[in-house]
Amino acid sequence: MRGLRPEQNAELMENIKKKFSNDILHMEENRGMVVIQAKKENFLTLMKSLKDDKPFMFDTLMDLTAVDYSGVKDIRFEVIYMLFSSKTLSRIRLKLSIAEKENAPSVINIWKGANWPEREVFDLMGIRFDGHPLMERLIMPDGYIGHPLRKDFPIKGLGEDYLIESILMPVKNEVNLKKEGSK
Amino acid sequence: MGIEHHLGNSFMATSISQVVGWARKYSLWPLPFATACCSIEFMSVMTSDFDIARFGAERPSFSPRQADLMLVLGTITYKMAPVMWKAYQTMAEPKWVICVGACACTGGMFDTYAVLQGIDRVIPVDMYVPGCPPRPEMILDALVKLQEKISKESINDPKYKDRVEYLNKALNPDRSAIES
Ligand code: SF4
Repeated sequence: MRGLRPEQNAELMENIKKKFSNDILHMEENRGMVVIQAKKENFLTLMKSLKDDKPFMFDTLMDLTAVDYSGVKDIRFEVIYMLFSSKTLSRIRLKLSIAEKENAPSVINIWKGANWPEREVFDLMGIRFDGHPLMERLIMPDGYIGHPLRKDFPIKGLGEDYLIESILMPVKNEVNLKKEGSK
Repeated sequence: MGIEHHLGNSFMATSISQVVGWARKYSLWPLPFATACCSIEFMSVMTSDFDIARFGAERPSFSPRQADLMLVLGTITYKMAPVMWKAYQTMAEPKWVICVGACACTGGMFDTYAVLQGIDRVIPVDMYVPGCPPRPEMILDALVKLQEKISKESINDPKYKDRVEYLNKALNPDRSAIES
């Protein structure tokens, strides 16, 4: 099996600097992985060429997640994309800062696998993705109030007893029918 | 009764409820509703080391329709609760519930935004087994205690009416405590 060549990250950074110097804010190498802080303008073009163009060929979206930096950074959220290239075996991490109430661009047309991770980020962090076909909750039940991985969400929840009604909903009508019948 | 005295040991007089209760208590078919680590404990209850077959409950019924006894083993999240509720509804009467582990009884250590704080908010429970996880002996103990309870139940007094009331209470919770 081929491994990662030691100079590969340096080459990658060189190539990215040559091609996308206008689209990125900051680039560094962190724990053996190239980390890019991307600009929101042209973000989709950057992603598209990272996937399709030589010498990058990042054909796999390994993970898509988000961090809430409230009280730490000026811009509250960061959406994080982890890419892997099965051609060159290199990996890269992209960060995109998203302010509160701002929408992120969906990369679903570039990597189909972004569908559920983006829904998960919406569910738990409350970041909406423009261009996603179904921006609904994935993990928490429908009807849940709030986005539980936000730093300002109380750790014990808001008191989720309101959900019990929807749990029992399918039989509520049945019970009412029974009651009417017994009258 | 005097009748046995006259006719010898060839038969015994009893009430129909006692016979039915006796038959029911030795033929429980458990539905293991296993969602987390407590279910590992139930697996060892099933093995010959602890041997739930001694109490007539060796046949785990993975379809709720054929089950009499629901064993809720593990953490129930709000997302899972409708599934548990549906499984419970699907079981035919008479039915009983044993709630195994701190998680199922009270939410346990998961006092969080996602975990149902005790399954008795949704379905009626007959036996609670504390512990994290409980020892297999404790699950067997709960089963034996439940058998005692079953044998005392009257067939003229189905619990169904109670269940409708229980449901009403769950659907219209007393919110005064939360609001004050
Ligand atoms: S009570 Fe303990 S062992 Fe049982 S499901 Fe909860 S965490 Fe797991």
